[in-house]
Amino acid sequence: MTSELDIFVGNTTLIDEDVYRLWLDGYSVSDAVALRVRSGILEQTGATAAVLQSDTMDHYRTFQMLERLLHAPPKLLHQLIFQIPPSRQALLIERYYTFDEAFVREVLGKKLSKGTKKDLDDISTKTGITLKSCRRQFDNFKRVFKVVEEMRGSLVDNIQQHFLLSDRLARDYAAIVFFANNRFETGKKKLQYLSFGDFAFCAELMIQNWTLGAVDPQADDMDMDLDKEFLQDLKELKVLVADKDLLDLHKSLVCTALRGKLGVFSEMEANFKNLSRGLVNVAAKLTHNKDVRDLFVDLVEKFVEPCRSDHWPLNDVRLFLNQYSASVHSLDGFRHQALWDRYMGTLRGCLLRLCHD
Amino acid sequence: MPGKLKVKIVAGRHLPVMDRASDLTDAFVEVKFGNTTFKTDVYLKSLNPQWNSEWFKFEVDDEDLQDEPLQITVLDHDTYSANDAIGKVYIDIDPLLYSEAATVISGWFPIYDTIHGIRGEINVVVKVDLFNDLNRFRQSSCGVKFFCTTSIPKCYRAVIIHGFVEELVVNEDPEYQWIDRIRTPRASNEARQRLISLMSGELQRKIGLKVLEMRGNAVVGYLQCFDLEGESGLVVRAIGTACTLDKLSSPAAFLPACNSPSKEIKEIPFNEDPNPNTHSSGPSTPLKNQTYSFSPSKSYSRQSSSSDTDLSLTPKTGMGSGSAGKEGGPFKALLRQQTQSALEQREFPFFTLTAFPPGFLVHVGGVVSARSVKLLDRIHNPDEPETRDAWWAEIRQEIKSHAKALGCHAVVGYSESTSICEEVCILSASGTAAVLNPRFLQDGTVEGCLEQRLEENLPAGCGFCHIPYDELNMPFPAHLTYCYNCRKQKVPDVLFTTIDLPVDAAVIGKGCLIQARLCRLKKKAQAEANATAISNLLPFMEYEVHTQLMNKLKLKGMNALFGLRIQISVGENMLMGLASATGVYLAALPTPGGIQIAGKTPNDGSYEQHISHMQKKINDTIAKNKELYEINPPEISEEIIGSPIPEPRQRSRLLRSQSESSDEVTELDLSHGKKDAFVLEIDDTDAMEDVHSLLTDVPPPSGFYSCNTEIMPGINNWTSEIQMFTSVRVIRLSSLNLTNQALNKNFNDLCENLLKSLYFKLRSMIPCCLCHVNFTVSLPEDELIQVTVTAVAITFDKNQALQTTKTHAEKSLQRASTDNEELLQFPLELCSDSLPSHPFPPAKEHLESASSNSGIPAAQRAVTVEKASPVGEGNFRNRSSPPCANSTVGVVKMTPLSFIPGAKITKYLGIINMFFIRETTSLREEGGVSGFLHAFIAEVFAMVRAHVAALGGNAVVSYIMKQCVFMENPNKNQAQCLINVSGDAVVFVRESELEVVSTQQPAANCQPSCTGGEVTT
Repeated sequence: MTSELDIFVGNTTLIDEDVYRLWLDGYSVSDAVALRVRSGILEQTGATAAVLQSDTMDHYRTFQMLERLLHAPPKLLHQLIFQIPPSRQALLIERYYTFDEAFVREVLGKKLSKGTKKDLDDISTKTGITLKSCRRQFDNFKRVFKVVEEMRGSLVDNIQQHFLLSDRLARDYAAIVFFANNRFETGKKKLQYLSFGDFAFCAELMIQNWTLGAVDPQADDMDMDLDKEFLQDLKELKVLVADKDLLDLHKSLVCTALRGKLGVFSEMEANFKNLSRGLVNVAAKLTHNKDVRDLFVDLVEKFVEPCRSDHWPLNDVRLFLNQYSASVHSLDGFRHQALWDRYMGTLRGCLLRLCHD
Repeated sequence: MPGKLKVKIVAGRHLPVMDRASDLTDAFVEVKFGNTTFKTDVYLKSLNPQWNSEWFKFEVDDEDLQDEPLQITVLDHDTYSANDAIGKVYIDIDPLLYSEAATVISGWFPIYDTIHGIRGEINVVVKVDLFNDLNRFRQSSCGVKFFCTTSIPKCYRAVIIHGFVEELVVNEDPEYQWIDRIRTPRASNEARQRLISLMSGELQRKIGLKVLEMRGNAVVGYLQCFDLEGESGLVVRAIGTACTLDKLSSPAAFLPACNSPSKEIKEIPFNEDPNPNTHSSGPSTPLKNQTYSFSPSKSYSRQSSSSDTDLSLTPKTGMGSGSAGKEGGPFKALLRQQTQSALEQREFPFFTLTAFPPGFLVHVGGVVSARSVKLLDRIHNPDEPETRDAWWAEIRQEIKSHAKALGCHAVVGYSESTSICEEVCILSASGTAAVLNPRFLQDGTVEGCLEQRLEENLPAGCGFCHIPYDELNMPFPAHLTYCYNCRKQKVPDVLFTTIDLPVDAAVIGKGCLIQARLCRLKKKAQAEANATAISNLLPFMEYEVHTQLMNKLKLKGMNALFGLRIQISVGENMLMGLASATGVYLAALPTPGGIQIAGKTPNDGSYEQHISHMQKKINDTIAKNKELYEINPPEISEEIIGSPIPEPRQRSRLLRSQSESSDEVTELDLSHGKKDAFVLEIDDTDAMEDVHSLLTDVPPPSGFYSCNTEIMPGINNWTSEIQMFTSVRVIRLSSLNLTNQALNKNFNDLCENLLKSLYFKLRSMIPCCLCHVNFTVSLPEDELIQVTVTAVAITFDKNQALQTTKTHAEKSLQRASTDNEELLQFPLELCSDSLPSHPFPPAKEHLESASSNSGIPAAQRAVTVEKASPVGEGNFRNRSSPPCANSTVGVVKMTPLSFIPGAKITKYLGIINMFFIRETTSLREEGGVSGFLHAFIAEVFAMVRAHVAALGGNAVVSYIMKQCVFMENPNKNQAQCLINVSGDAVVFVRESELEVVSTQQPAANCQPSCTGGEVTT
């Protein structure tokens, strides 16, 4: 006796969250059955392995049919074939687009191209995430990227509108798309200590302040591309380190203000010029695409690592960065206050986030 | 010129890409009705075209309006080659033809193609202007309402129940026409869908005409079926019950009128018998319902079957009407005569209803069934389908005579079915012989029913159990006792019926699904020889199915079966029998005895031991089941009831009219010896197997109950969550040395595993009950067995159930089932009337708690659901919330039941009767057979929902999948499936949303708890 056909169709589509997770994680039916058996479900329900097998197959089939719709979530809402309560629809979508931290760290900032897709094998081996799941996550990134690539308006809004994701997840995707578009390097060894959350945080600040959308809410690609004019203008900041007087003045303003307030005052005083040079040079170099990509590498090398080697407490870093940014307003000879604020405002936030172990 | 049909094509969405170059589609729409076709403009390059067409107007006869479906075809315009069809929508406009139903059909319909399935949706608006036509000789029957529901629909009241209507139409099956050798399967399937749609319309119109002739205005329990006879053609047949229905405009209007009949029951509760002397052996004082007694029980069977073409009526024909006078004294005779006069005018006093207005059903005799094996031949003249008509007429005659033999004039819960394999066809009919109250059958006004006081004095809760036949001249040996409820009338010890449990029946404990499953191998044969072989096998199958049912019923400790449906399917090399029913313990019937096992070789010690071991197991099982189903009838000493009518032996016998095989033994003894037990004799391994299989049936996991009737006896605090589902399984038997035993085991496992899977899948709904579990079995190919199950899972509130159990004393008085059925029609009677007569103080609390609780679970769920939703959380940046929240697709509930728990049906919008064919030539790519069928069934559900939504409805009740014919050819990578579904489109309102309009409403809502017959251990 062999089972030729075995199906169950409910008027309301049955969704088993546990099986959905196994499916999303890319397990085969037999692996999923084995995992479910291990979870003790047989003992809880008194079911047999055959029942579990049949149930798992059924759910997998349903998910496969739903997958086409999940690629364009608004379709899931308007389709008539599967009657699914709205809360369940939201759950299906949200889970489908949820990604693994380990995976996203591997592809963040990489071009979402066929080439990268070929590397998924390695990523799968490295992260222990199944290849199937890697593919789904990669395809999700790419799909979202393609859809919002040439759209006007806020990146997060566009993602939310076209993929019906929760606010949190839409923000994450905005970061992924932004990183992919600007190809920020995140894979270097010295950046390994950073989490996706750190990068996403920086991405959000940069989108808010450094993109075209920050100045013109109607611009195409407004949130995806950095404001070229702004990057061009950043060269003007060079004077802060090139002009010796200005640099000294800046240093003395900072030191005067922070004396007695900083635990690592002497180290700061000794390092001020290096740090300032680092930060200003990063800005000045951003006209080159290559240097844009290395932004995070540079920030870590030029600022985070020196601070770390001198064991700056986070609070000292905050005090220093605040004072460092603010003091520029008192430099009479310096004319690019607004530019400095746009640059440093974002950078200060990013640096504080990047300063951890 | 009696009608104008107006159609507007608004827009399309989600269309498939038809032009690969542009990834777009140039779509236009053809709208066809009869021979007239209109076209919309081509909407260039869009997958979401906005045609916004003018109103296309068809001026047509109402006859055509009834027959023809509106055909909407969406096409892709192609300048150079033929236009490609994207898909079609068939819209049945019948619901627009009667006044109270839908007024407009408007909505998104899935565009369906037999190869590709659903391909986008189209928004259509349809209206009909009807002109009055006074032509007496008209051929149309516009205005006759059709209901699939097998009871009087909720918002109507039955003025008269006229009786049986039937009709069949035949045609050549396009698939077997010569032209199909040259056209594509797709074109031929299209033609088939169109034809069946047309035939259904015609059939419905013809039935409507018959109803008008009978002066009725509606058909209830309408059951339409297709027989795909292959080369000999296509038969569409339908049966139903003609009624005159009155719409209940507001609850207040109907309450007084309909409340009274049952009130009278209370006024003169137990002096039903004007002639007490006939029962001198009975108790001297009328006993109240609380008292019970045990008495030895006996078993007997009532069943009849026929197994061949050449019909001869049973010799017992004469007795029913002739012996009327002897039976119950003058009153009964009077009743009988009235009924008879009402029924006699009818050719077939059959009713497809399974639930009835209170007082309608007087006595139930038992199940009557008839089968006949026919050889199909080509239908030469489709306009005169005489042979098919004659076949059914024969069977119905037989049923009628069986009913008469049981002293009954009518058959209720009547249904017909066929099973076809190659050119052999088994026709089956079954029903429940019954005596009916003539009140509803005669022409009369509403007031008429009030005058019929005489008949209203039947004891509630047990009257229908009383035997309708003459005990001195019984049609079969049966063991009779005095009714355990009223102590006045005789009752049998076991009752089998095809109807739902009557609302007022006194039941102890809960019910459960009982199935008998059976396979018999048969030699492959051709034509006549094949038919004869099948005919010879049938009586044995019927007998075994019956024995199995009886054994399982005993094993459950119950004494009655409701909703019995025995299906016999024929295949190339085997016959399958599947009987499903809901077992219950009727308080009026005696306690069933146990099962005794007797061995044939008593000297063998180890054998003895084995037997006693088995016996112990059986006894344990019975005890366990009694506990599980909460069957604990109050024990009463024997004196109260007196000794049972002495009968030393109990026997089981089959009553059947056997024409050809008249030499066969028609009387089969099932049991020996012990008077209080049902004896199973184990004389060979077969019998051993049987006993084993008895014990292998696993009860559902805790928290689950199942039944195949509308409602579960003993559960009545339904909450609002329902899940209708269809599950299909096909197994391939290994062809090597198949034996009957191996077959039986395979089939049994298939069904058991299927049930287990259902319990597992629906575990999140616990505590819940699977209701209306409907199994159908077919043998699509040599070694394939297909089982299709449709049912609905309904949650119930466990706490409330426990609460009711506190009122232990009243359990026997409570009417066990709450068919919401009568809820709306007779909302007050059951509650308010039963309270004073059986004082049980806690009941009132229940009423309140029930009414206030009824909506709460749903609301709570809604809240938790919201929490679970990730969308809508933490929108701290100011932006528009995602459109996820306002989904445009409205929820449409589907249920095989005639009601929706926790809700009130406010309007019937018309019948849904749809037929689809799906085919594929890329089976593997579509996920194999499972993927293919899964998608198709999901699509069928979607199309049903869309049509209901377009009619303005939010649910389908009495939904049934009548056919699911699946064929595959894996070698060619092909498969095909036909599905036929029907139901009633309705509008319902949640009770929690209903503002209490009148003071009467809450009483109606709360009924579930006050009628609860809960019993704990």
